[in-house]
Amino acid sequence: MARLQSAVELDELRAKILASRDPARPCIAVCAGAACDGMDSAAVAAAFLAAVDEHRLAGKLEVRTTGCHGYCEKGPNVVVTPGDICYFEVQPADVPDIVAATLKGEVVERLVYQDPVTGAKAVHMDEVPFYKHQTRLLIGDNPKIDPMRIDDYLAVGGYAALVKALTEMSPEQVLGEVKKANLRGRGGGGFPAGSKWETTRNAPDKTKYVIVNGHEGESAAFMDRAMLTGNPHKVLEGLIIGAYAIGAQRGFMYTRHDMPLLTKHVRAALAQAEEYGFLGEDILGSGFDFEVELHFDVGIFVSGESSALMRSIEGNAPEPRPKYIRTSVSGIWDKPSNLNNVETWANVPQIISRGAEWFTRMGSEGSKGTKLISLSGHVVNSGVVEVPMGTPLRTLVFDIGGGVRDGKALKAIHFGGAMGGSIPAQLIDARLDFDEMSKLGAPIGAGGLLLMDEDTDMIEVARYLLDFLVNESCGKCVPCREGMPQMRHILTNLTEGKGKPGDLERLEDLAEVTGLSSLCALGKTSADPLKSMFRYFKPELESRIPAGSEGK
Amino acid sequence: MNDTSVVILQIDGREVKASAGTTVLQAAQKAGIHIPTLCHHEKLEAFGGCRLCMVEVQARGRTSYVVSCLYPVENDIVVRTRSEKVDKIRRVLVEELMAHAPDAPELVKLAEEFGADRDRFEREASFCVVCGLCVRYCNEVKQKNAVGFIANGALREISFVPELAKNECWQCQECFALCPTSYAQAAYLLTEALAFPGQRKAPIHGAQAPERVRRVIPINPVAAAA
Repeated sequence: MARLQSAVELDELRAKILASRDPARPCIAVCAGAACDGMDSAAVAAAFLAAVDEHRLAGKLEVRTTGCHGYCEKGPNVVVTPGDICYFEVQPADVPDIVAATLKGEVVERLVYQDPVTGAKAVHMDEVPFYKHQTRLLIGDNPKIDPMRIDDYLAVGGYAALVKALTEMSPEQVLGEVKKANLRGRGGGGFPAGSKWETTRNAPDKTKYVIVNGHEGESAAFMDRAMLTGNPHKVLEGLIIGAYAIGAQRGFMYTRHDMPLLTKHVRAALAQAEEYGFLGEDILGSGFDFEVELHFDVGIFVSGESSALMRSIEGNAPEPRPKYIRTSVSGIWDKPSNLNNVETWANVPQIISRGAEWFTRMGSEGSKGTKLISLSGHVVNSGVVEVPMGTPLRTLVFDIGGGVRDGKALKAIHFGGAMGGSIPAQLIDARLDFDEMSKLGAPIGAGGLLLMDEDTDMIEVARYLLDFLVNESCGKCVPCREGMPQMRHILTNLTEGKGKPGDLERLEDLAEVTGLSSLCALGKTSADPLKSMFRYFKPELESRIPAGSEGK
Repeated sequence: MNDTSVVILQIDGREVKASAGTTVLQAAQKAGIHIPTLCHHEKLEAFGGCRLCMVEVQARGRTSYVVSCLYPVENDIVVRTRSEKVDKIRRVLVEELMAHAPDAPELVKLAEEFGADRDRFEREASFCVVCGLCVRYCNEVKQKNAVGFIANGALREISFVPELAKNECWQCQECFALCPTSYAQAAYLLTEALAFPGQRKAPIHGAQAPERVRRVIPINPVAAAA
């Protein structure tokens, strides 16, 4: 295809794509997200395609392989439009029934959602309890898009925000809108994206970079993967808009080397965006030039730390640097470099197209918009969830998550993976809010929510999480390299009934010093889960030390 | 940015002048104020690995803990090289390092200064403290890269590259004297024994790295751990 030269040409193309698609023609969307793929949704998709071939249904029935729909627990997921009819746990043997029913405009009753208690059925997406309490602004397009086809993204209005930014707004206005939206970084810190952009924009060096941090490595976090694999163009569109606002000429997508589907989709997205003229020189005739390069990690968690990530892009070992000068001023090759997480970038197009005022209507006072959450652990419905900021955890855990597995009681809610924290069940009415959760000692982090039932050993949880970080640390600085294994060692002893007098004091000293003196955020927050155990579950820790062992 | 301009800061209650672009550690050393270091060497780029030079800095109303070997001097910042927190950080860090090398003279001295208990934490197998002096000296000064870091996290250690060490190390050996625990020397000898044994007849004496006295760690039986 010839590169699009203007906004008008894009409008014409979009109209052409839409005209070729009859909204009344049934479409079967088969989820190929990580979880469904693991349950061999590829065989389901192949069976649908074979059925279309066999019965010569091309033109009457479309089959689409898509990114993650969200309800991982009940995969393989299939959604039929029109009507958003949801089928769960679909096997290749179910395909003939679904095809036949779909052609007749009927529903296969045995494959729809059924309430485990009341037995009530839910056919359409907006009736299924897992979906109906969500606000799916970012992930909601996933069932409508084959991530390998840019036309699918254009059909749902893709790149319209880029057109608006390039043709109707100055870079300053774009920046102003993002600042006004109070978009806070979704990667863990919750730092205002607009301020970060502004710092990079105002840095004196003319060469500037923008980066997508797609190095999702937090334990129990899989929503960025769902976003980037399922709808790569949304993230890319956000990045291009950000580059325009910041004045960057070059961008990087930094992601994991070990996810073949993600790699394939991102590669295809970049190639297609360039082919269509959304990347490269003189984008849509605006005079703005921007190119994006794809980079892969070297397989350790700390690669996702901003300064380590930038070292990695330079071609060096991913070791963090002290950020006494911020990377937004001096990052890749000492040039101003603005790094945002996948979900942060994915929020940008809608802020531009619908405005900051619309965006700030959702959420709490300090945290605006929606948040993607990975729900896992001892939860009935695991999956990728999107809710407005400020949503009570109770809604997430019970209304959407369906509560605790096997009828057990809830003991703790853990947020933020290995660098997060656990809060006890009685704090279930806390709200999903950056500041509120931080104060409670369970910062949202990137958004991994792990449920723990009444039988969970919290000491084992702390040990397990430290065990993860010990292997993911780079090993450069003493407190992280030495402090974490020592904490793990003591915790291992405690879980094995070998607690010694003085262990808790040793743990508290190690946790404090590792937190204060480590070089980067990995080390600084490595003891946070342990600190939350001291805060909320101290009796459990104390019960592991033999009686009569005050002090050392 | 004008790097020749003079900055005035406060260190331990004293007004100290320093050139812009230098670090708090450099400013303190120039003023004769002692800050302990382990991975620092003036011929090498600041590393920020051992964290022992951590100080308390008050800047723009906020107190933070920073490594002085990397923190740039700034006008009007207030630096404290000792405080309860700073001392505690150093004490625990020394205790962690002594899990590796309880008899290393530099660590023994630091332990005395900060009241560290050599037996507080579980002993670790290797007596390398991964200060990286050997690796960085070989890279930055000698530009041979005959010794490097391998692995990551708790498993990180230094290792000689046999193919390079075979040709480069015998006539140099300068990193041995930099090593606070004599591990570099041991690692080299092990490499030689495994990869190119018997190539050299007698050790070279008097190989010297600048600015540091060669240390031999007494091989005494380790005091029985509690």
